[in-house]
Amino acid sequence: MPFTTTKSAFWAGVRDGAPFIAVAGPFALLFGVLATEAGLSVFEVMSFSLVVIAGAAQFTALQLMQDQAPTVIVLLSALAVNLRVAMYSAALTPYLGRAPLWQRIFAAYLLVDQSYALSHAKFEEDASMTVPQRMGYYFGTCLLVMIVWFGASYAGAAIGTTLPAGLPLDFALPIAFLSMVAPMMRTLPHLIAAGVAVIVALLGVAIPYSLGLIVAGLAGMMAGAQAELWLKTEPMLARDEGDT
Amino acid sequence: MIDKSTLWLVIFGLGIGSFLLRFAFLGFVGDRPLPAWLVRHLRYTAVAILPALVAPLVVYSGEDGGTDPTRVLAALVTLGVGIWTRNVFAAIGAGAAALFVSVYLLG
Repeated sequence: MPFTTTKSAFWAGVRDGAPFIAVAGPFALLFGVLATEAGLSVFEVMSFSLVVIAGAAQFTALQLMQDQAPTVIVLLSALAVNLRVAMYSAALTPYLGRAPLWQRIFAAYLLVDQSYALSHAKFEEDASMTVPQRMGYYFGTCLLVMIVWFGASYAGAAIGTTLPAGLPLDFALPIAFLSMVAPMMRTLPHLIAAGVAVIVALLGVAIPYSLGLIVAGLAGMMAGAQAELWLKTEPMLARDEGDT
Repeated sequence: MIDKSTLWLVIFGLGIGSFLLRFAFLGFVGDRPLPAWLVRHLRYTAVAILPALVAPLVVYSGEDGGTDPTRVLAALVTLGVGIWTRNVFAAIGAGAAALFVSVYLLG
């Protein structure tokens, strides 16, 4: 069904984005709780979620700061976890690249798994959409997810200050990471990448400045890429990472 | 405890860095495709970095660098349920339950 106005495209995006609040909400809530437990104030939690908007990267930074890793390593590792948004940016450029600069700046700020996945599928399917309609749809997909993202971060931070002492929260972040990683294990190269990264990380804990993590990450990436070449598996462009 | 100046450096560094990653193609590069070898490596960043981050936290989870069996059990349950159900929240719930039960029984 072709869209007649930018407004109808926007509301279609809002409708299609609605189910994804069920994904973004719990992650933001958990981030709020754990960041508060790590000693962040509500204001700091909200700034973090507002400035960064990236679940896995925020969890990574939080864990590494608690481990007292050097700031450079914290930034590099968290950005590496978030590298897939560059691929999303590349994938959307043919559809949105001719929009005005200020719109592309806002679109970039709001680029997360949900807005990418919904919009890219829509633009591919409906070739008749104009660039303003595409932008309308894109911002529509962001609306509810972002409201829930910030709201649940706040709720988590508020809950975090009231939790009783003595809960084994030290292990909440590893459980969160593992739950994010498990569904990504779609193909043999993904398993190989993870396996090599784990082995190198365990051997490399003695490497100073937490550089072992970067070395292990690079080793895993190279192993996965090489395994893909050897096994000739179908490329899956960033469709398999499922967090915010 | 996290140092406050480090925290703000990380928040803004990560904010700017993430924005640049998101803006890279929409803003700077345009329609030119990425080289295939780069896309192939980028595909495995999250599946490499996240396990590399978690593995030492699981294996060296005990006192003085030893292994805490409650943490290993919770990790295996989280991973197993996550791979089986492909559901993030089922995995978190099962992992947390395994942790609470094993801490109660063993800890």
